[in-house]
Amino acid sequence: MSAPNKSYDPVEVEALKPEEIERLRDEAIAAFAAATDLDALHEAKVAHTGDRSPLALANREIGALPPAAKADAGKRVGAARGAVNKALAGRKVELEAERDARVLVEEAVDVTLPYDRAPRGGRHPLTTFAERLMDVFTAMGYSVAEGPEVEAEWLNFDALNMGPDHPARSTQDTFFLKDADSVVLRTHTSGVQIRSLLAAAEPPVYVICPGRVFRSDELDATHTPVFNQVELLAVDEGLTMADLKGTLDHMVQSLFGEGISTRLRPNYFPFTEPSAEMDMVCFVCRGESVGNPDRPCRTCSSEGWIELGGCGMVNPRVLVACGIDPNKYSGFAFGFGIERMLMFRHNVEDMRDIVEGDVRFTLPFGMEI
Amino acid sequence: MRVPLSWLREYVDLPAGETGRDIQAKLIRAGLEVEGVELLGADLKGPLVVGQVLAIEELTEFKKPIRYCQVDVGDANGTGEPQNIVCGARNFAVGDKVVVVLPGAVLPGPFPIAARQTYGKTSEGMICSARELGMGDDHDGIIVLPPEYEPGTDAIELLELVDEVLDIAVTADRGYCLSLRGVARETAIAYDLPLRDPALIDVPPANSYGPPVKVEDQTGCDRFVARSVVGVDPAAKSPIWMQRRIQKAGMRPISLAVDITNYVMLEMGQPLHAYDRHRIDGAITVRRATAGEKLRTLDGVERTLDAEDLLICDDSGPIGIAGVMGGAGTEIADAAVDPETGEVTGTTEIVIEAAHFTPVSIARSARRHKLPSEAAKRFERGVDPEATKAAAQRAVDLLVLVAGGTAEAGVTDIVAPRPVHSIAIAADLPDRVAGQEYGRETVVRRLQEVGCTVVGTDVLVVTPPTWRPDLTDPNDLCEEVIRLEGYENLPSTLPNVPAGRGLTEAQRLRRRIGVALASAGQVEVQNYPFIGEAVLDALGIEAGDPRRETVKIANPISHEEPSLRTTLLPGLLGALHRNVGRGTTDVALFELGRVFRVDGTAETLYHAPRLPVDRRPTEDEIAQLNAALPRQPHRVGAVFAGHRDPQGWWGKAQAWSWADAVEAARTVADAAGVELTVRQDQHTPWHPGRCAGLYVGEVLVGHAGELHPRVVKALNLPERTCAMELDLDLLTAGGAVKAEGPKISTFPVATQDVALVVDDAVKAADVEAALRAGAGELLESLRLFDVYRGESIGAGRKSLAYALRFRAADRTLTADEASAARESAVAEAATRVGATLRG
Repeated sequence: MSAPNKSYDPVEVEALKPEEIERLRDEAIAAFAAATDLDALHEAKVAHTGDRSPLALANREIGALPPAAKADAGKRVGAARGAVNKALAGRKVELEAERDARVLVEEAVDVTLPYDRAPRGGRHPLTTFAERLMDVFTAMGYSVAEGPEVEAEWLNFDALNMGPDHPARSTQDTFFLKDADSVVLRTHTSGVQIRSLLAAAEPPVYVICPGRVFRSDELDATHTPVFNQVELLAVDEGLTMADLKGTLDHMVQSLFGEGISTRLRPNYFPFTEPSAEMDMVCFVCRGESVGNPDRPCRTCSSEGWIELGGCGMVNPRVLVACGIDPNKYSGFAFGFGIERMLMFRHNVEDMRDIVEGDVRFTLPFGMEI
Repeated sequence: MRVPLSWLREYVDLPAGETGRDIQAKLIRAGLEVEGVELLGADLKGPLVVGQVLAIEELTEFKKPIRYCQVDVGDANGTGEPQNIVCGARNFAVGDKVVVVLPGAVLPGPFPIAARQTYGKTSEGMICSARELGMGDDHDGIIVLPPEYEPGTDAIELLELVDEVLDIAVTADRGYCLSLRGVARETAIAYDLPLRDPALIDVPPANSYGPPVKVEDQTGCDRFVARSVVGVDPAAKSPIWMQRRIQKAGMRPISLAVDITNYVMLEMGQPLHAYDRHRIDGAITVRRATAGEKLRTLDGVERTLDAEDLLICDDSGPIGIAGVMGGAGTEIADAAVDPETGEVTGTTEIVIEAAHFTPVSIARSARRHKLPSEAAKRFERGVDPEATKAAAQRAVDLLVLVAGGTAEAGVTDIVAPRPVHSIAIAADLPDRVAGQEYGRETVVRRLQEVGCTVVGTDVLVVTPPTWRPDLTDPNDLCEEVIRLEGYENLPSTLPNVPAGRGLTEAQRLRRRIGVALASAGQVEVQNYPFIGEAVLDALGIEAGDPRRETVKIANPISHEEPSLRTTLLPGLLGALHRNVGRGTTDVALFELGRVFRVDGTAETLYHAPRLPVDRRPTEDEIAQLNAALPRQPHRVGAVFAGHRDPQGWWGKAQAWSWADAVEAARTVADAAGVELTVRQDQHTPWHPGRCAGLYVGEVLVGHAGELHPRVVKALNLPERTCAMELDLDLLTAGGAVKAEGPKISTFPVATQDVALVVDDAVKAADVEAALRAGAGELLESLRLFDVYRGESIGAGRKSLAYALRFRAADRTLTADEASAARESAVAEAATRVGATLRG
């Protein structure tokens, strides 16, 4: 760099002549425009904006100018360098966009390739369906009660007003243990109801009892010796059959949609009095298939109603066996099989598919039902 | 119970247009399970008429003998000329009255009739059998009618071929509906019409000269009516109307005397028995059997009697099991024709028994002898003891009417005193049970409709009718009121359930485990809990192993599998085998369920006390009930076969391995919030070198790994099948570790790798434990990223490469600090497991 020289005429410095600076600027801009890729641009950048580039060198000369000329020359060179840098940046953006576009095209894959490597799992619909029911009732304030699958006869039968001569207490219906007194595979989860009443110091008791139960039937398309039940028991002051009906209505609406209602028909069970069979309006045809041969309904066989199970007011004798004053408390109960409900809710045609554990049956039901 | 509408209408004046379907709907609402309505003769079309056989020409040139008949059908064919009909049956003679279907008619099927060529003749119609007319299929041959009907008479009406039959499944509490009388009563109430009660007939009072009867067991038999009829024509046949009603009700006409007893039973619900008086030796006696006594019953089977069986006897010994089945010895004799004189011989003097027996006694005898007879079915459910006299009278009347007999004046009626059972019930109890206001008047009216007598105002004293032994408690009466007022009219309300706390921890945990394992690629199954010795043998589980001590079922579905599972593996491996057999070769299954164990149970196992039900059991008694039960812990198990990651465009396949089984256990433990320790173990049925013992602290909670190759072979499973099983009760016994909110350091992490060479026998878990202990609290995490064996490190040795991450809570670690922690970790590993840094 030349030292400041007050007598120096800037016009004398060739590199700082305005035309020269304009030329250098235009050369640089042209070079950038001519660069067709980022590498070429980089070369042009080094050549035209690097430390050894003519404009950089010209810039250095400014220091040597007399003060009067410095500002003028500095302004000129600065403007030129600004224009050059702007052109460089602009071209860089252009070339980068071009490169990116090219690379992204080259990197494209077939996103329709199958990727079935993670093993697929699923939960059994009997489990998830029972859970759904439990959720309906826990939301209402009920607890979920569980009990043993091998049960004492007193809890499975006697306490439920099923005396020693009740026909269900035969080997045709009930699995008995070998070399045992009064111990069976439970035939319903009602024993859990009794256990719940015995465990409560005093009502209210509001429980739902899901679980596996056993009856000595052969497996076929509609029967299985091992199946799942959900039973409900409510014992409190002032409970009525209307409460039972309302609870059933709430349940079927939760599971099958708004507007589905239940119907009670008189029936007989030893553990409830009055007793009823409970039906629900067919959730598929909503009764419209009845007497309408053009629109048959296979879910309800065009009956308009689907049978759910048994229910009724807890027989006061059951309360007595559990030490609960039947003059103060009353209760209602119901029970039904999950398999059957699963079959009509999801069009399952063969019971064997539910029990055999074929993954092709279970997987479509996913994690919740 | 099958109820023909034509018969039902005899007792209730139902509106003329009312169909079976209409009545069905009404009765269902009243609580009778009317399962269906059978339409008889719906597609039947005449002409179907009475014909008289005028001539028979036997055609013998065919494979079977054929008859070519001329039959007088009156004017039914329009000409009055005899009708020519070909017939294959032979049970008729010239002069007999038969049923003829003429061309143009349609028989049930539908089966249109036309004149047709057959056996070289033109047959202008058919002579009909009972089966062809849809009357029942138990009679071979054509129907031969009694002689009194004129040829040409419409047989559709004569044989009552068009009718509707209600099919009712009668519940255990409604025995009275096993009769026309009972169903008619319900129908009358449902239609609010009067009932003509068939039991309301004139009956002469009891006297001392009826058939001799001694009732020695009055608790078993509290009523015994006996009547006698003499001069019965043994050749008399049941009239068509009676046969038809019996057929439509689902029973078979047999002989006149038997048909009459069955007819009266169907009508009134009272089972009757008819004895041939000449075959009774002395007085009829009711008593209990002595054990070992023998009786040949009507069905020809010789039965050894039990001391509990209630018997009908005469001086010679038992002549029937009371209320269940009569004996062969006193049976009404079939009519026989003397070939020389043409005289008909058979029973001419009949004793009718109409008795009332204790339901339990009958039920036990019927079950003991496997004789679920129509009589036993009714006695078991309870019949009306007050209907005995009317039923006997009705049978006597019918014997007089249709068999030409003469009723004897003697009436035996032995009555044991029976207490009148009244029920006190608050007049508003039905309202409170239903949740709906009926009011006292309605309650009283409804109870009177079902036959109760009712007195009182606020408290009603209700005496149920004798045909309703099921009405014993106030709630029984409530049901009567509520059902007759209509269950369908009950309001729908919700109780005020106290606020709940949702699922228990254990219930939530089982859900989490299910979700976690399913998310990890396993499919849930629910297997039957039945197992047999064979699968325990195949699993190599030896005698003395607690899994061999099974709970056994007295009446198993299959004698191959009489026990309850002590482990989940048999069911899981069975399901695995089934899936593989059906072509799903890559499969991972899990099950959550109980097993049944007798190890660790009390001596009182299997011996539950028989407790009363008129009070709450004591705490001690409840404990005794529980002590009779095997342990039933919850378990979770999983099995794996085939590939977890199949071959694909991304690379090679990876098989499910022992490590996945161990990982499944860790997944369960994570869900439970429990720290699981894995130790090398040996346990049947796992591969002795590939079996992990799973511990919580020092408690063994389960096993995981690859199955023993011998087991795989014995159970015909895919090679290298893996399995895991955990006891959830043990796993969670100590409770879950409560997660502490971690303090998150935002200072940079310092990463250091280390490769340690150890003996092959050294367990990775021990190396890791040493590194953790040595590294101190700056260690944030540690991960094994490579295991290497090779010449460079010498035989019998392996190199374990770990990535260590260090971080401090309060500062950026210097390189020196991180290195010092690493060196300390390596030093600890050297001390504990002899590890050296790989050079």
